[in-house]
Amino acid sequence: MKLTLKALTKSIWVFHAACSPCNNCDIEILDLLTPRYDVERFGIVLASSIRHADALLVTGFPNYKTAKKIKYLYEQMPKPGVVIAIGTCACGGNFFRDSYSFVKPLDEIIPVNAYIPGCPPKPEAMIMGVVKLIKALKAKNK
Amino acid sequence: MNILFNYLIFPGFIFTAVAGLFASYVDRKVTARVQWRKGPPLLQPLYDFVKLLGKETMVPVGASKTTFLLAPVFALTSIVIVSTIVWNTLLSPGKTFLGDLIVTVYLLTIPSIMIILSGFASKNPLASIGASREMKLILSYELPYLFAILVPIIKSNSIRLGEIVQYQWTEGPFIGSVSGIIAVIVMVLCTQAKLGLVPFDMAEAEQEIIAGPFIEYSGPPLGIFKLTKWSMLFVVPSLTVLLFFPALNFWGNILGYVVLLVVVVLIRNTNPRVRIDQAVRFFWTWVTLLSLISVVLASYGL
Repeated sequence: MKLTLKALTKSIWVFHAACSPCNNCDIEILDLLTPRYDVERFGIVLASSIRHADALLVTGFPNYKTAKKIKYLYEQMPKPGVVIAIGTCACGGNFFRDSYSFVKPLDEIIPVNAYIPGCPPKPEAMIMGVVKLIKALKAKNK
Repeated sequence: MNILFNYLIFPGFIFTAVAGLFASYVDRKVTARVQWRKGPPLLQPLYDFVKLLGKETMVPVGASKTTFLLAPVFALTSIVIVSTIVWNTLLSPGKTFLGDLIVTVYLLTIPSIMIILSGFASKNPLASIGASREMKLILSYELPYLFAILVPIIKSNSIRLGEIVQYQWTEGPFIGSVSGIIAVIVMVLCTQAKLGLVPFDMAEAEQEIIAGPFIEYSGPPLGIFKLTKWSMLFVVPSLTVLLFFPALNFWGNILGYVVLLVVVVLIRNTNPRVRIDQAVRFFWTWVTLLSLISVVLASYGL
């Protein structure tokens, strides 16, 4: 396994892209940084610029306003990087699937590495999703 | 050969990098404990740095490519030279050259200037705002910083770092005097601004202008800039240790440095960010006044 990839799994800088969510998932993501969950123990911190990020957290469903922007954001992220869809909206559209402003599911716009369903998902579920993602990355690059 | 060893390994690049990584760890751990969290593991800064070396480097369209990519290298080089001068002096004060204090002060401003250049070179409006704030910040803190450095010069009557250290070894450290205490307070406040830590981190204010001058950096150049920042966290307080309370051996100096580092981190954690105009006003009135008082007291021998 490559050294830089091992380091990547130990220090994931996360960019949080709100792709027209209702903000419930965003609040649950911020819970991860509080003393109760404290994901900085695993080296996960919020990056402020997409150029510094290793993971793109997407909440909400892609609509006409944000679908193009989420694609740009993915292209601006330095590779290797992963995309994590948080919440049922990002995973598949939830009940906005038949909405007039729904474009297409997120994983048809950009490649998604991990899905964390829930409305909103619990912080424990998000940590579990990240752990599974890291395990999958390690297994793939063995 | 000896010079190469000095610049590359012991008080030079490797030592500065390792000490900087450790300083960054202490910073993050103390911050986490203040916020009642557990904090990252010991090797976390190393993981961050190695990870950044393996990422893709992106240069934005329309950016000045040479300046954009060379600025972090120059910043790191100058901070390594400062570290070599400072720690060589602390270990063997007899071996210094005339006017090395002036060289040190000039080299310490180069990282800030490189941050400004990189911000303007990246052709991003937010980076330009960050760079212009950094420029105003330099203009505000350099004057009291130089006045505070004048205190040891007046007291020891020399501009050689080695003679300043030897004077303090025989006559007692300058922090024992009234002017020394005031000058150390000024130095700590200016350190905070020089390092871009929280009360004065408006240059890279993450919540408003994303990351300021670093916004377009990714991969190895960002890693080098981060290493520069971490090394500065080590070098700038150790210059204060050298000027005001050098210990007789290596571990005494490290102890003095760690105490100063924890003070800096605690100031960072207990203050909100100020606006750039508030920072300029603060440095040009109160801090400059304090530093002038310390210079006047020092010239009367207090």
